Amino acid sequence: MRYLPNSDADRQAMLAACGLSSLEDLYRHVPENALIREPLKIPPGMSEYEIMAYFRAQAEKMAHGYASFLGAGVYAHYRPVLCDVIAQRGEFLTSYTPYQAEYAQGTLQSIFEFQTLICQLTGMEVANASMYDGSTAVAEAAMMAYRITGRSKFFAPLNLHPEYRQVLDTAAHNARMSVATYPYDAATGQADLAALERLLDEETACVILQSPNFFGVVEDVRAAAEIAHRRGALLVVVFTEAVSLGLLEPPRDADIVAGELQSFAISPSYGGPFAGVIATKEKYIRQIPGRLAGETRDQDGNRAFCLTLSTREQHIRREKATSNICTNQALVALMATVFLSVYGKQGLRELAVQNLSKAHYLAGGLELRFTGKFFNEFVVKPRRMTPQQALERLLEKKILGGVALARFYPELADCLLVCATEMNRREDMDALKEVLA
Amino acid sequence: MPTLGKVRPHPTQNEPLLFELSRPGKRGYQLPPLDVPEASPEEALGAENVRREIEDFPELSEVEVLRHFTRLSTWNYAIDLGMFPLGSCTMKYNPRINEAAARVEPLAWAHPYQPEELSQGAMEIIATLEQYLAEIFGMSEVTLQPAAGAHGEYTGIMLIRAYLAAQGNPRKVVLVPDSAHGTNPATAVIAGYEVKTLASNDRGMTDPAAVAAAVNEDVAALMITNPNTLGVFEEHIEEIAEILHAKGAQLYMDGANLNALVGVARPGDFGVDVLHANLHKTFSTPHGGGGPGAGAVGVKPHLAPFLPVPRLKREGGLLRWDYDRPQSIGRVRAFYGNFGVMIRALAYILAHGGEGLRRATLDALLNANYVRARLEPYYQIAYPSRSMHECVFSDARQEKRGVRTMDIAKRLLDYGFHPYTVSFPLIVHGAMMIEPTETEPKAELDAFCDALIAIAQEVEENPELVKSAPHSTRVSRVDEVSAARKPRVRWTREAAG
Ligand SMILES: Cc1ncc(COP(=O)(O)O)c(C=O)c1O
Repeated sequence: MRYLPNSDADRQAMLAACGLSSLEDLYRHVPENALIREPLKIPPGMSEYEIMAYFRAQAEKMAHGYASFLGAGVYAHYRPVLCDVIAQRGEFLTSYTPYQAEYAQGTLQSIFEFQTLICQLTGMEVANASMYDGSTAVAEAAMMAYRITGRSKFFAPLNLHPEYRQVLDTAAHNARMSVATYPYDAATGQADLAALERLLDEETACVILQSPNFFGVVEDVRAAAEIAHRRGALLVVVFTEAVSLGLLEPPRDADIVAGELQSFAISPSYGGPFAGVIATKEKYIRQIPGRLAGETRDQDGNRAFCLTLSTREQHIRREKATSNICTNQALVALMATVFLSVYGKQGLRELAVQNLSKAHYLAGGLELRFTGKFFNEFVVKPRRMTPQQALERLLEKKILGGVALARFYPELADCLLVCATEMNRREDMDALKEVLA
Repeated sequence: MPTLGKVRPHPTQNEPLLFELSRPGKRGYQLPPLDVPEASPEEALGAENVRREIEDFPELSEVEVLRHFTRLSTWNYAIDLGMFPLGSCTMKYNPRINEAAARVEPLAWAHPYQPEELSQGAMEIIATLEQYLAEIFGMSEVTLQPAAGAHGEYTGIMLIRAYLAAQGNPRKVVLVPDSAHGTNPATAVIAGYEVKTLASNDRGMTDPAAVAAAVNEDVAALMITNPNTLGVFEEHIEEIAEILHAKGAQLYMDGANLNALVGVARPGDFGVDVLHANLHKTFSTPHGGGGPGAGAVGVKPHLAPFLPVPRLKREGGLLRWDYDRPQSIGRVRAFYGNFGVMIRALAYILAHGGEGLRRATLDALLNANYVRARLEPYYQIAYPSRSMHECVFSDARQEKRGVRTMDIAKRLLDYGFHPYTVSFPLIVHGAMMIEPTETEPKAELDAFCDALIAIAQEVEENPELVKSAPHSTRVSRVDEVSAARKPRVRWTREAAG
């Protein structure tokens, strides 16, 4: 096995040092019954060449060379080359969680920078070092609202990403808490805040609002915050399309922001690994889940960074921890940090404007299901055929035409969710329009 | 200890923050020309929804971005530089072919909602990995949806809850040994259970008698780690399983230490009902400075109906995602899990093959036992029981000279090694937990042991030298206490002055 560095002579010398005579002696004390009886049914080891051939053969069975208009929480954005160059440096790729600060200042400073960038983008005062993804970040944000308010009911809109809502349902159910839903406005596609106002009670820990929402429509964060706060509930604002933060007013009125950073240089990778994040107000810092990097000094007075406030975390607080999260998505967050550094202040805005422009060009002449303002995604009703027929027609042209909403919304069974990013070319958009118009 | 002649070369050692480097008007990007009319943000989004600017967001050139992160990277230690003997973390070599495999374009660019007919390769990879892991675990089914070990624990405990609830009573208590990792009790609580802690016996094991005394109709499960965090195989595991099962309780195994067992013993064969394994430990996917990982959860048949949706199913020669699983606990994560991590883990398994995996386990055991044998004359072994893939010492001898495990750890930095895991497990006084893994050559192990032996000598002759370490790292000992007292977790222009 080529990853095992010791020679047989090394092994013999080491066994002798241990006072053992064979490798099997190393587990002689394990009860006989517990030992495996036959060899693992896994084929013999492969060379590099064979491994690549295996994965290339699997890749042959995937969509390749298609123009894609799929969004719905996972977006195809260009990935600047530097993101991989940095993430492939062994010093980042093959290091551990930076518990030994003196030997991990690179990771720690980059997390500190990440946390700052997220605050600047979201208008929040503190952000953590990452969560698993957007969906689990939302569930964690809800639990955080429970700890802050002592209330155990959450209000989620029906235009929250449906899979995020399912993750929240699972978490709430097991913690013996409840999730109530509030509708979206059938005309605008925005969350129905009037309905929320009627439904909301004083037992609610937080109101959740996604903006842009699952239909791509921008929400009125301030109005939602006022409604939530009147009932003593917090407002959790969710985003899945992080590029929108380059152009949209940040959700300053939120108490907690929970989002997905996949848009920042993370390849779609069939759904993961991505990186979620939670940001909040300074006053809630002790309730935030996950790791935080903080600034400090070394003994000679030099600036240094370390993980901090770990008394919130499982390795110190055990059953009283704010969350059980340990391993997070550090390397993915680093890629996002590099992405944001490459684009910078002007670039992120320009990128967002390109997304906005492409999506609005694409929407031109189509029958949009909702009237609300949208960023780079919208719901469209194909005029001349069913969504299924439209998708099939488009597949023939090597176009992935969008997500048929029937799988999540029976009432939108005649609609597609379509997304355009800076990666979509005008000619493909014209081809899509031709089928949907 | 004066740092004689130590300087910090300006360009590489004093790299500022992105925000301090930033200068107005710099840019490191260029977008292609827009091939459609430019939309007006105010018109398209409404003026009230458009932000004026992202205040204080950095502006840098491309070369500065590259240098910034490259310089930061040189302040890190990594497996690529040398042994990383963190106990319980399984910091083994991360084969680079795995990175290449994960970047094969149609896999890396696959959208989770593209048609199943056009996703068969990704689905086949997931199905194959599930199958191999089920074989390694000795379990009937595996889910790969959880994003890390702790997330796998959470999934596993929810499975137990759902299974017991289906029988009428989800019960109230989860038993956790005092040697357990912090995620275990934290998980039990967020999954809706109370935690009851079990004391380990004088051999560092969970005592069947203690389990028998604690288990009753309120107990849903015991979460055991095997080998446990002392690196000791739980010799009574089967008896413990029988005790639990007789009372209708389940045995959960934290498989963070599976690197000691692959190809040698299977949790499914010794009574475990459900376990998680960390693909970023045993299966070599890179830790990346803290993540990403993936937590594979294996179950016996009675728990399978409750697994998270969706599940893969074969139908007329095609793989499909099956959402119609009425007893499922639901979703624990959007989409299908950390697919990119799964590719790497499968590449690892393919490279080894069944026999190679077993050989890797034997070398992991050998390396740990060799380190133990070399260090035992100098450091106090925490428990005399035989070690599997890691060994845990106590700082008891060094403490007599006023030197603690953290001091020794910091002094190891001066010798060029990443320290062992410090002060964990909590039941060991001043724990020093060492896991070399199978991918360390003997020469590296010897250099590491030589360093620890030299430090033991220093403790006798010059304890201050050790207590004030590190002396040769870019920063000296970092003040974590004041960091927590007045947390500064972001840069602001105001604070920077
Ligand atoms: C014994 C043990 N259990 C659980 C975990 C948690 O796993 P993860 O960090 O993947 O969430 C760890 C990780 O350090 C561990 O060592």
